[in-house]
Amino acid sequence: MSILNRFLGRLLSSMIVLIGVSMLIFFIARIIPGDPARIALGPRATEEQVTQMRETLNLNEPIIVQYGLFMRDLARGDLGISLYSNRPVITDLAEYLPATLELVLFAGVMMVAFGLPLGALSARYRGQWPDSLIRVITLLTVSAPAFVWAVGLVLVFAYFTPLFPITGRISDAMTIPHVTGFLLIDTLAAGRFDGFLSAIHHLILPAFALSLSGIGQAARLTRANMITTYEQPAIEMAQAYGFSEARIANRFAFKPSLIPSLTIIGLDFAALLGNAFLVEVIFAWPGLSRYGVGVILQKDLNAIVGTVLIISATFLIANIIVDFLVSILNPRIRLSENRS
Amino acid sequence: MRPDLTLDIKNLRLSFRSWSGSTEVLHGIDLSVAPGERVALVGESGSGKSVTSRIVLGTMQDVRHARVSGQVTFEGTDLAKLASVERRALRGREISMIFQDPSSALNPVFRIGDLFHEVLKRRHPKISKGEARQRAAAILQDVSIADAERVLSSYSFQLSGGMNQRVMIAMALINEPRLLLADEPGTALDVTVQAQTLSLMRDLVEQKRTSVLFISHNLGVVREFADRIYVIYRGNIVEHGPTAAIFDAPQHPYTQALLSAIPRLTGGGVPDIEERSLSFNDPMISHGTDI
Repeated sequence: MSILNRFLGRLLSSMIVLIGVSMLIFFIARIIPGDPARIALGPRATEEQVTQMRETLNLNEPIIVQYGLFMRDLARGDLGISLYSNRPVITDLAEYLPATLELVLFAGVMMVAFGLPLGALSARYRGQWPDSLIRVITLLTVSAPAFVWAVGLVLVFAYFTPLFPITGRISDAMTIPHVTGFLLIDTLAAGRFDGFLSAIHHLILPAFALSLSGIGQAARLTRANMITTYEQPAIEMAQAYGFSEARIANRFAFKPSLIPSLTIIGLDFAALLGNAFLVEVIFAWPGLSRYGVGVILQKDLNAIVGTVLIISATFLIANIIVDFLVSILNPRIRLSENRS
Repeated sequence: MRPDLTLDIKNLRLSFRSWSGSTEVLHGIDLSVAPGERVALVGESGSGKSVTSRIVLGTMQDVRHARVSGQVTFEGTDLAKLASVERRALRGREISMIFQDPSSALNPVFRIGDLFHEVLKRRHPKISKGEARQRAAAILQDVSIADAERVLSSYSFQLSGGMNQRVMIAMALINEPRLLLADEPGTALDVTVQAQTLSLMRDLVEQKRTSVLFISHNLGVVREFADRIYVIYRGNIVEHGPTAAIFDAPQHPYTQALLSAIPRLTGGGVPDIEERSLSFNDPMISHGTDI
């Protein structure tokens, strides 16, 4: 089976998962108590207005028919109108998703960029003071949730010492034309390097708060994997051939240890999407997680389904990417695919 | 100290410190290997043979709780007088090692060709990938690997145990070391493959005049291979001499027990040997062949 076939296979199974998710969330959203038409129209609306609204929303149809209608619209790329914002759900998602993705991806990069080297360092000096220090710090970062770190970081680095802005994605004085919604890309596309720096400046604190527990977990996992690798005869052989400790750590022990770490980091990415909510609230980050909670409280059926679907799709894509990275790193998987 | 010897060990002691005191595991070992000589160190598990090889390799000295005393001289240089970095410089160039299980000793995420390249860079830091490949292919032919190119492009898990063993022998000898340490080579392989690879190894070290310290628990295996044998029991050398002398006239009770542990076609099943005997602690017997 070639890489392409495998990729298509994964894509197909992801579609099936997505359809399952859509069913689940579609039905669950309708089971939550409360009449969406009544919530949307407010307590002073007349009974007739509510009945008419129920009619337009197809809420009087059997639930199976409702789902069929929803799937018909979805096939045309239409997720319906949000009762919360009175705009097409697709438009809302296009506006809020990039902000969240930018935050989560940046946090993911931080997780890998800090977590893996810290773990490698810890494993190389296992049992000595750098290891103990890293283990204490990473235990702290793992044991407190992201929003606690967010509050702490805002207090220390934005309030007491104003090194970073407290809220927002970019300096208010700047207007950047909306192209992709990713400010890091849009500012560069507009040739606004000052805007790019401002966007990064705004991104660092929330992304760091979000990634801290992931960094800790990645570091602890990499350390454990590397210590297991250090027990292998292959590392003793590298020592017998006189390679320096740094070279053994960075090359001979790091690469085999990376494989299990990477799989877990892929799963952590999903946790980042979930944790992003409180971090977005604290930093007033105009992202999808904040939007998602808003629409759930409003019982905005179309927007709930749309948000959940897009988050599931992001998670599935992240997992496919991680799978491929693992198969590139691990020759056993790569070669067994080529053979079969 | 004899500068003409490749390896000269005098009164080597090793102890491990722990919270309850220190435990001595080597009680003053004397051993020597002449240039081009093949010497075997034979003993049961836990007798101290592997730690001896790690001391010669220079890695045991870096273990935090280990205390090494006595004199280990490699080609006239006292290892104790070298810094850790200088001992490391000897490894992979002047001293090389072969391990018990070739399939797990070769790093599974690197191709054999890349491993050869890394090893060659220990002696020739600027060697190119192409040249490394050529040299590796040449030495693989010396260990009777016909399709060297395929092997170089493979990972260790794609090759058989015997093939990996040949690769490891070739890798250990490619930098023309003065001393080869072989720690139970091929014990993880089946006996016929072990015999084949050992005879390849013997031919190659003979041709390159490499000195070998061969560590084994199996007297039968070393009979074909070694010029001289040291028998080690619980951290003491109990008997040493030329291979023929040890096999024809074993004098020490422990050597006799070891020899009778080799199964024979003519023998009557599993031999009945005492696991511990006071006589095993008898004084050392030398066959008067000190070089």
